[in-house]
Amino acid sequence: MIPQNFEYSSPRSLEAALDQLAGGPDGSADGSTKILAGGMSLIPLMKLRLAAPERLVDLRRVPGLNYIREESGVLHIGAMTTHYEVESSALVRAKCPLLAEAAANIGDVQVRNVGTIGGSVAHADPAADYPASLLALEASVTLVSKAGERTMSVEDFLVDTMTTALEPGEIVREVTVPLEKSGAGTAYAKMVQPASGFAIVGVAARIGEGFARIGVTGLASKAYRARNVEALLEGGADAATAAAVIAEGVDANSDLHASADYRRHVATVYAARAIRQAISRKY
Amino acid sequence: MKQTTNLRINGTSYVHEVEPRLLLIHYLREVAGLTGPHIGCETSICGACTVAIDGKVVKSCAMFAVQADGSDILTIEGVAASGTLGAMQEAFWNEHGLQCGFCTPGMIMASRQLLERNPTPTEAEIRHGIDGNLCRCTGYQHIVNAVQAAAKAGA
Repeated sequence: MIPQNFEYSSPRSLEAALDQLAGGPDGSADGSTKILAGGMSLIPLMKLRLAAPERLVDLRRVPGLNYIREESGVLHIGAMTTHYEVESSALVRAKCPLLAEAAANIGDVQVRNVGTIGGSVAHADPAADYPASLLALEASVTLVSKAGERTMSVEDFLVDTMTTALEPGEIVREVTVPLEKSGAGTAYAKMVQPASGFAIVGVAARIGEGFARIGVTGLASKAYRARNVEALLEGGADAATAAAVIAEGVDANSDLHASADYRRHVATVYAARAIRQAISRKY
Repeated sequence: MKQTTNLRINGTSYVHEVEPRLLLIHYLREVAGLTGPHIGCETSICGACTVAIDGKVVKSCAMFAVQADGSDILTIEGVAASGTLGAMQEAFWNEHGLQCGFCTPGMIMASRQLLERNPTPTEAEIRHGIDGNLCRCTGYQHIVNAVQAAAKAGA
């Protein structure tokens, strides 16, 4: 399990990291340089030689990328914030418990100690835990490049399996979550693949007065919002009725852990669990 | 291109020129000569290679040695550095928390982290806390007993 050789740097400023990602101050990004955050997704891929970047730019020494703070009703989480830091943050647990619940369900403690929220969303694994919750929370990502910054919804950011709207030369700088004004209830229900810790299916539910948001991971080629389930719930349907349609029209994933039909069935079961629990937590 | 890597492992300073692709577990075992952390699966599943970096347990097969430059690393060798077993090791001994022993270095490191963060875990919390570590002898019940005993002893 020896990766292909590469050059490694750990710049001490975001400007230097962006320069190196772009291949130098006057260069343009050609994709041969990858950003290294926690490495919990990238390094296993490199060991299997499914990824073979020529250069890695490690963000661990870049200041100002690891924070959790609330500003005017919005939760800001720096890209290099680890899953353990999100899981154990008093602020996240109090103001955005769904995100803490999702973080606590990622992999194992060794992964949560190192893996980062920015790395997770940039990797866009279709079975990752965060995206379901970030979709249900209507979160956004802020991307930075030498040309400046832009912000987009996580829903627009996640394009397909391991494919995002990140342009060459761009880095995920932070994730933002609008905090709840009224008392919505939230829950994340996940069928875990016991060896890897990834979700076979994971459903995040956020249900408040007159609205429902349902994020689904593991079922399809990318995490998505189940708008058909949301509409039924908003129309007054009960949990089982709404959950039953979650896989309708979805081209479900199939692998050695779960066939497409089984995944579709499991999705209805876990959706119903997440919805019921979210409703029971409304305040 | 090789890079100079400065690591402090179990209180001792190690300075070596290494290729960036050298995994930390290979550095620990082959460069530093510390064979306590084991290579089980080498696919970041089994946890036998678990060590603590700046107080946080990681799987050293899922990290490059250059990423740990400037860090403080604790391996199982450093847990009983004085020649006396640490409290968690003592509990594993007393409760028969190991059979073949291959997973034990990682189990001890993960269990120590668990009690540091939660000194009085429930059984479910213990099982969640060590679910990144596999025991192929399937001796989990005695491992859980050992962690409970260590918690009771205030380890």
